[in-house]
Amino acid sequence: MLNRKDLLGLESVSAEEINLILDTAENFKEISQREIKKVPTLRGKTVILFFHEASTRTRTSFEVAAKRLSADTFNLSAGTSSMVKGETLIDTGKTIQAMNPDAIVIRHASSGAAHLLASHVKASVLNAGDGWHAHPTQALLDMLTMREHKGRLAGLKVAIVGDITHSRVARSNMIGLRTMGAEVRVAGPPTMLPPGLEQYGAKVYQHMEPAVEGADVIMMLRLQLERQKSGLFSGVREYSRLYGLNTQKIKLAAPDVIVMHPGPINRGVEIAADVADGPYSVILNQVNNGVAVRMALLYLLIGGGQTE
Amino acid sequence: MKIIIRNGRVLDPALNIDAQKDLLIEDGLIKDLVSPGSADGWAADAEAVDAGGLLVTPGLIDMHVHLREPGQEYKESIATGTAAAAAGGFTAVACMPNTVPVNDNRSVTEFILQQARAAGSARVWPVVAMTKGLKGEELCEYGDLIEAGAVAVSDDGKPVANAGVMRRVLEYLRIFDLPAISHSEEPSLSEGGAMNEGLTATWMGVAGIPAAAEETAIFRDIRLAEMTGHPLHIAHVSTAGSVDIIRRAKAAGIRVTAETAPHYFTLTDKACLGYRTEAKMNPPLRTPKDVEAVRAGLADGTLDAVATDHAPHASVEKDVEFDHAAFGIVGLETSLPLTLELVRSGVLSLAGAVAAMTVNPARILKIPGGSLAKGSPADVTIIDMEREWVVDSSLFKTKGRNTPFNGLTMKGQAVMTLVQGIKVHDLRA
Repeated sequence: MLNRKDLLGLESVSAEEINLILDTAENFKEISQREIKKVPTLRGKTVILFFHEASTRTRTSFEVAAKRLSADTFNLSAGTSSMVKGETLIDTGKTIQAMNPDAIVIRHASSGAAHLLASHVKASVLNAGDGWHAHPTQALLDMLTMREHKGRLAGLKVAIVGDITHSRVARSNMIGLRTMGAEVRVAGPPTMLPPGLEQYGAKVYQHMEPAVEGADVIMMLRLQLERQKSGLFSGVREYSRLYGLNTQKIKLAAPDVIVMHPGPINRGVEIAADVADGPYSVILNQVNNGVAVRMALLYLLIGGGQTE
Repeated sequence: MKIIIRNGRVLDPALNIDAQKDLLIEDGLIKDLVSPGSADGWAADAEAVDAGGLLVTPGLIDMHVHLREPGQEYKESIATGTAAAAAGGFTAVACMPNTVPVNDNRSVTEFILQQARAAGSARVWPVVAMTKGLKGEELCEYGDLIEAGAVAVSDDGKPVANAGVMRRVLEYLRIFDLPAISHSEEPSLSEGGAMNEGLTATWMGVAGIPAAAEETAIFRDIRLAEMTGHPLHIAHVSTAGSVDIIRRAKAAGIRVTAETAPHYFTLTDKACLGYRTEAKMNPPLRTPKDVEAVRAGLADGTLDAVATDHAPHASVEKDVEFDHAAFGIVGLETSLPLTLELVRSGVLSLAGAVAAMTVNPARILKIPGGSLAKGSPADVTIIDMEREWVVDSSLFKTKGRNTPFNGLTMKGQAVMTLVQGIKVHDLRA
């Protein structure tokens, strides 16, 4: 069991805890292969999926994970909650808490929203993405995928390419991978590289080629096309040429490189179609591991203590 | 009505006095400063205040506060704001015009002064809008506003984005003797930001406001002040680059003055960690290098005044997601000890610290006060430099609880505040 109430980010999560989560997830993967994909582990537990920002992939992944462990899940999204009527996050949190859930999974556009909620509810809070800050379950499923393919995390050369400034996926991966002893390189146009990346222990590149050279893992980030309007890049054509992953650039990496993407992918923008579908791609393994990691986290956070 | 304040260390930078004196007050005015005991005959029928071991200064002046009235009385009222001022040792405050409605016309100015008279604590000097509705477009009727009681103009809270408008404001103001206060911020650089751009904002995943947003605006406005010849005051200076630009401008003889706030010389952006909205203000808390530069700017006189930018907000505006939270913190009740900390750490002389809170803001705004000269209104602050106290925002006189200093131990406090010879704050009572 994890000796913590919440999972808000990976800042304070130790290597031992990460290993425990990944090991547990690995064990849970088998459940999803069964004919009857359900175990009673979290029967009687209540999980609220509170998605204040639109998300299909992550919400579905959490819901599948909770249901395979027999927890009851309830969806609350911004459009249907009273937050549209001006209720504050704290009040919404207290209202949810009054229903006595065991866990609240929150996705929110504001950095720190999961922290704010966690400090006002007794339930375990799982951060499913807050603003640009953190997406710890994504980083954990990414690390599980890397470990599966490479057998280790320590010493792995991981290149993260794209819009680092606005990426909670990049931040959580930088923190988690450093904890596990990987070598992280980040690359992107200077307009998408925020100041202070050295505090994550990452090597920073303004060009993609040196970042992917010899890399064991290349993680491509989704380009938000609307950022062109705010002057962060000149256009899809140039972005794709400079920071898109194609078969030419893959040749710079280690021969057994794996290619990852948190999705949804912009085919032909940050990743060429033949790369996304090609032999190096582990994108669908990531999705599969997402369910396992979220099962593990729900179990480790709220599964302990009570036996029937 | 006579008062004698006995045996205090009287410090008045305007008069260049720092000595043990008895301060004599009669009918609300300063009668005299005399050697201890030498006016006992006069004082026979006076109320005596023992200031032995205490510091006696001209009443402190905060040239940058938000009193929120009219329109946002749920945040603060003129009564609560001036009560907070008195409790913090301030005998006068200059209030910014971003009320609802905006103080850009005579009726609002007169209303504010009427409420201030009724509230009975600190003096209130209205700063009126630089442009109508703070929209940065059209000039206000400054002549009318001066008659109503305006002491300066500012669009504080919002930058005048259009340089051409700022130029015309400064030119037009030459008709009047009315200082212009610049809220220096280039909106195209600060837009969307919630804290200082830098490694802490990156770590927190919060959109940043770069130092250059402030510095480019200060540079622009100083050049316009030079071009038009109208004096310019820069509000809430927070960055090393800003201090440098102002220092050079002063050396070049440009008529520019500047203020900073206690939080800018006390805290860094790390105070925001944990998404603490009580450390969110605009301009934002910066880096240790900026804190050092702001301190150096106060020390060498580049920054003339300490002003709080007292910005009370209701809890519903602060107990929310960091990027949704209102900008601003309260400051009136913690400004004095934080400024005295600069004296203890050797950054400022005691006279320099007192000047930054008395005569300097008075001269910039061209308002009475800031001195204990004979015949001037008896606005006096009596300070216990050694008194230690713990900040408990629930005990504040202001309605605002939004302070990053809650729970911290402060050293130094105003034990008595007199406005026109009347006690408006008395810790001994």
